[in-house]
Amino acid sequence: MFGKLTWDAIPFHEPIALITSLVVLLAIGGIVAWVTVKRWWPYLWNEYITSTDHKRIGVMYIVLALVMLVRGFADAIMMRAHQALAVGASQGYLPPEHYNQIFTAHGTIMIFFVAMPFVIGFMNFVVPLQLGVRDVAFPTMNNVSFWLNASGALLVNLSLFLGEFARTGWLAFPPLSEKAFSPGVGVDYYLVALQVSGVGTTLTAVNFVTTILKTRAPGMSYLRMPVFCWTSLASNLIMLAAFPVLTATLAMLMLDRYLGFHFFTNDGGGNSMLYMNLIWVWGHPEVYILVLPAFGIYSEVAATFSGKPLFGYRSMVFATLAICIISYCVWLHHFFTMGAGADVNAIFGIASMVIGIPTGVKIYNWLFTMYGGRVRFNVPIYYLIGFMLTFVIGGLTGVLLAIPPVDFVVHNSLFLVAHFHQVIIGGVVFALMAGYTYWFPKAFGFTLDERLGKAVFWCWFIGFHLAFMPLYVLGFWGATRRLQHISDPSWAPWLHVAFVGAAIIGLGIVLTVVQLLYSIKTRDQRRDVTGDPWDGRTLEWLTLSPPPHYNFAVLPDVHGEEAYWTRKQTAIKQDQLIKEPDYQPIEMPVNTPTGVIVAFFASVCGFAVIWYIWWLAILGLIGAFAIFVWYAWRDEHEHIIPVEEVRKNARERRRIRMEHLHKLSQST
Amino acid sequence: MTTEAATIGLTHGGSEDTGLGHRGPESKSIVVPYGFWLFVLSDMVLFSALFATYATLAHATDGGPASNQLFDRNLVAIETMALLVSSFVCGLAIITAKRANMLWTQVWLLVTGLLGAVFLFIELYEFGKMIGEGAGPQRSAFLSSFFTLVGCHGAHVTAGLLWLGTMMAQIWAKGFQQHILRRLLCFSIFWHALDIIWVAIFTIVYLIGTLPA
Repeated sequence: MFGKLTWDAIPFHEPIALITSLVVLLAIGGIVAWVTVKRWWPYLWNEYITSTDHKRIGVMYIVLALVMLVRGFADAIMMRAHQALAVGASQGYLPPEHYNQIFTAHGTIMIFFVAMPFVIGFMNFVVPLQLGVRDVAFPTMNNVSFWLNASGALLVNLSLFLGEFARTGWLAFPPLSEKAFSPGVGVDYYLVALQVSGVGTTLTAVNFVTTILKTRAPGMSYLRMPVFCWTSLASNLIMLAAFPVLTATLAMLMLDRYLGFHFFTNDGGGNSMLYMNLIWVWGHPEVYILVLPAFGIYSEVAATFSGKPLFGYRSMVFATLAICIISYCVWLHHFFTMGAGADVNAIFGIASMVIGIPTGVKIYNWLFTMYGGRVRFNVPIYYLIGFMLTFVIGGLTGVLLAIPPVDFVVHNSLFLVAHFHQVIIGGVVFALMAGYTYWFPKAFGFTLDERLGKAVFWCWFIGFHLAFMPLYVLGFWGATRRLQHISDPSWAPWLHVAFVGAAIIGLGIVLTVVQLLYSIKTRDQRRDVTGDPWDGRTLEWLTLSPPPHYNFAVLPDVHGEEAYWTRKQTAIKQDQLIKEPDYQPIEMPVNTPTGVIVAFFASVCGFAVIWYIWWLAILGLIGAFAIFVWYAWRDEHEHIIPVEEVRKNARERRRIRMEHLHKLSQST
Repeated sequence: MTTEAATIGLTHGGSEDTGLGHRGPESKSIVVPYGFWLFVLSDMVLFSALFATYATLAHATDGGPASNQLFDRNLVAIETMALLVSSFVCGLAIITAKRANMLWTQVWLLVTGLLGAVFLFIELYEFGKMIGEGAGPQRSAFLSSFFTLVGCHGAHVTAGLLWLGTMMAQIWAKGFQQHILRRLLCFSIFWHALDIIWVAIFTIVYLIGTLPA
């Protein structure tokens, strides 16, 4: 009846897992109770859960990412604490089977459920605004994508309470991840969670490529799009071509595990190196899926806070597209040690170094954007500078790793761990924090506290270097990654420094929460009434903060590369706004519970597959199909926002802008 | 919007136009099929991973039967004809749907579905026969990859049939509304794409696979 699910699945004998489970359950219960007492359910249901508004969906993605960041960081600090303790005679506090689950969960969560939703959240929030349109191409599908992603996150977290998570490392390499060596439900949790969220991500890619290529404001030709839109386009093209490979690869591993197929097994002619190739055909482009939008955020930040147009806009676009394509030609550098031979290794080594060239172009472009500019030192520019310092070193260690003979020495060592954390924290996380500060006022109508924001930056910056520079040293000394016990006591001091670094990052995460709460508390002093708190250059700053559901009363007509800047400067010069346009009623897509219901059935079905409860899995599939048919049968697709409302809001907006404009034109 | 542009002294002259996109967002009749094409492309990428796997494992028979001992060209020829003709009939259904001819649209869609079912029936017959002979997917890596590649196509055809049935009911109940026609167009894109994939399977798996060793 319940497949493999028994009372033994609950970790009564593991105090750490049990207490964490209880605390998390209490926290969830507390939040649910709080929302119920405050009667916020109708608001949440109508304005967020069922919303098809790209801005609301973007916010939900980022909330999901921040919550999962706490989970992923908890795993990280546990690992660092364990490694700092488990030296020499001491065995530390985590038994091997638990430790292995933690490093697997850390990697899986940080990539799939922190970095991805964070990046996709920004694309959701920003891209339609920057393109000057009202929503993405497929608003309902957007909501479905989010909820599928959340469903995957839910399944990963469920493994904490019921059963176990994979002990295989974040890419679940066979043959270790095969049934013979991982008979438990851990790998199944991993596979099913990633399949569910992977479908969501593929749909996101379809949505955004269509949005960027087919729905832009009049006059927004390709070479006038803000760089963030370009990098989002490149990122989504990669997603579109990479995520189906992940789906296929994980499906094959599932077939091996569930039905006894022989794709990657040791017997029956299976080939585990095939898995390595396939997973990295997805895995390497994945790195660029994350870092390209990050580059886009840096580009926006560099131009805005330097008060100058981005240096080398076109070279930035070409560099982005070059990275988009070359990212597919380097996957083999993840396993130079496979034994493909010197020729193959040389080609992939050179390709990996070539990708450094467009990246270098970008670094110089940001530097030259700042050069000669009147740089305002707000929080985002801190992250930009911190990023350039950190990322260049990470890039250089990457070039080292791209040399096959060097890679043979440091393969699978802490040197590698330090390298990819350096590019992902220094590249992606810094950008996400910069973007969070930069677009927060657009989303909520008030800015975040600057002092606390700078404190958070210093925590990340100092904490990162303390946590990961020692790992380079240890890697050179031969420390392999994922060690549950360290036998050489001379490594201890470095591991202690690394732990201190992780603790400082932890302080940064705590301060992020403090900053958010403090800023909410003092929001009346930090209102953004103009909609343009940073003297921005792109179209999202043209509208109100927070923008109305329909974003723009009339789609802006775009002239030149910096759509809003051009318009703003013309208006300042003439000391008047453009003539009031002819307002029309606006059609907007209606809310729909489809996404959350589909995700519910996907979660049920996924859970059933993990625990071999087949009747429930079939029920889940039927439910999902039924909701699709029900959705397809609907008659109401759009609701109309009456012209009076549009006109009223737009006139209010014009009044505010006029005042603001007056101030600006008097000051110049 | 042109008046707005004129007021600030900027209009879209030919010289200012830097490329595509000056017309603003495309209509739904462009956006929806375009998005669906992208989805189909992503599906093709999924199949490409399965093709690559098949190519890698095609000779990993682990002492079991090899491809030229298993496949029957005649059966596959019938199967292929059924699928290709079904695609042609699907095209007829689109033409009649554009003319809002309910009877013939339903007839052609039904024929499309029946031919699809014939295809699926032959495939399942082939699978059953192979498993009966001890050449199931658990036998060797080659057979695992064969069953997965061909079976994934079969699963797509099954999903297509489910979609087709729903479409027929919807057209019957709601008539030829714009959004339903768009959906029908997407279905036909999907159905034709399955043909393209099948042609590749036919060549790579069955034709090459039945060459004498």
